[in-house]
Amino acid sequence: MALSFPISRKLMDKVSNTWLNVATFFLLMLPLVIGLGLVLESLPLLRTHSFFQMIGSAEWSPLEGKFGFYAFIIGSLLVTLISFLFSAPVCLLAAIYLTQYAPRWVTQVMYFVMDVLAGIPSVVYGVWGVLVVVPFISQYAAPFFGFTSTGYCLLAGGVVLAIMSLPYILNMLMEVLRNIPIELKEASLSLGATYWETIKRVLLKQGKTGIIAALNLGISKALGETIAVLMVVGNVVQVPQNVFQPAYPLPALIANNYGDMMSIPMYGSALMLSALLLFLIIIVFNILTNVLVYQRYK
Amino acid sequence: MIKKIEEKFFLWLMKIITGSLILGFLFILWVIVEKGWHALSWQMISEVPQGGFYFGKGGGILNAIIGSLYLAFGATFFAILIGLPVALGMNVHFLRNRRWVSLLRFLLDALWGVPSIVFGAFGFALMTYLGLRASLLAGIITVTLFIVPIFIRALDEVLRTIPGGLLEASYSLGVTKTRTAYGVFFRQALPGFISAILLAFGRGIGDAASVLFTAGYTDQIPHSLLEPTATLPLAIFFQLSSPIPEVKERAYAAAIILTGIILLISIVSRLSTKKYKKNIL
Repeated sequence: MALSFPISRKLMDKVSNTWLNVATFFLLMLPLVIGLGLVLESLPLLRTHSFFQMIGSAEWSPLEGKFGFYAFIIGSLLVTLISFLFSAPVCLLAAIYLTQYAPRWVTQVMYFVMDVLAGIPSVVYGVWGVLVVVPFISQYAAPFFGFTSTGYCLLAGGVVLAIMSLPYILNMLMEVLRNIPIELKEASLSLGATYWETIKRVLLKQGKTGIIAALNLGISKALGETIAVLMVVGNVVQVPQNVFQPAYPLPALIANNYGDMMSIPMYGSALMLSALLLFLIIIVFNILTNVLVYQRYK
Repeated sequence: MIKKIEEKFFLWLMKIITGSLILGFLFILWVIVEKGWHALSWQMISEVPQGGFYFGKGGGILNAIIGSLYLAFGATFFAILIGLPVALGMNVHFLRNRRWVSLLRFLLDALWGVPSIVFGAFGFALMTYLGLRASLLAGIITVTLFIVPIFIRALDEVLRTIPGGLLEASYSLGVTKTRTAYGVFFRQALPGFISAILLAFGRGIGDAASVLFTAGYTDQIPHSLLEPTATLPLAIFFQLSSPIPEVKERAYAAAIILTGIILLISIVSRLSTKKYKKNIL
């Protein structure tokens, strides 16, 4: 027993190390394989249609073999932009309050709220959007600005997205603001600046890259969100002229049409290409964010 | 004077916003509960759909509840199998190789940001390539890929806070890397491990976009990995698009069930984190 122990320990070490290497290799390959798989699947379409023409064209009629992604890309970007306009200021102000002013118990409560909000499935947010946001827009918001709307529109998508990305952005912003050295704040205060001036001139300036990274995280979450947006955004293939018109973001396109994609030629390939577009947009976005954050810590 | 007014103004604005976030959270929960609670019944969670279920007749969504649990448990199991060694490896085995670790962290961050619908589309491509039909197995594979980065990132966050002195102390006693990883680091990070599991599980059970293509939908409880399975998010989604009020009400009730599961997970995570803190040195 005493003799076999070191042997079995060595064996255990070997097995575990091998498995570690296998798992690490698997993870390293995963983004590559996803990208490659999507490229392979969208090749049939890419062979017959020019990539840039498809991105620039708004004509979408799969039955006639016309695949223009312009309306979907614009829809995705607009809905993300609206959500950003709502969530960014709210998160920033809340994060400042929670890290600088709030009593401890408020912060504790907020942590719990963020935990649960981040955990609530997107389909539930979609249900909430259909029940609350959509009727509100069709009955009050749109008539107020002199538009008629079914309520299933860009704005509804943006609002639901903003609420969904809130916990992620807020959590990261609080992390950023809390990690700013307290000495900087003390120095500013001792020079006679007011608390608010210190926050504006020192805290926000010091945390700039972190704040940008947090907002980027929210944007990339919003870009890829599917089910909740799909349920409230209207899903009409068009370039929307105002926020009360329906739109059709890329993820909704993929999710809505998976049923028909076998029956129409190239349709499956077109959906895979939209997944690839989404994947590329988000990876590039993440790389930019990381470069930004990395440069700061250098 | 203007300075003071500005400070007052922003302070109140921030207070109002923070307060409305908490109220908004309660409002979301209240809307879901208020809409769905009268459709919630024992039949709903104990029976599979009967004939005419989608026209408002009897039955429940047990198929979706069980399907979602199978799926989430399976995917979480595989996520631990792949994720635990990598998370420990990043903090023990590869620690000396900083570049390597930061490359891994960067990759995980990138994967974390990839939307679940892309995983769904990729899962579908993989499925056709392997010759699988839409099934529980295909769903588990897809959800695993989707939650592995989430799991590792959450666990890594905890492992990083473990002081390096522990590693040195363990090595100086002649302990192997593997034993250091699983005997010291894993034990130290146990509360974090549990909350990472629960986070991954919650994400897995709540996601609809990744299983839309891959898990299929059926009114039966699956008996093997190769059968398609219903899932709760999709059950909500499909029933909500029905024009019949009774069916819609069931969607709201199903949303309560799903939200309840998530809330339960969140509370258990909090309690267990507290409880296992005792084990930490």
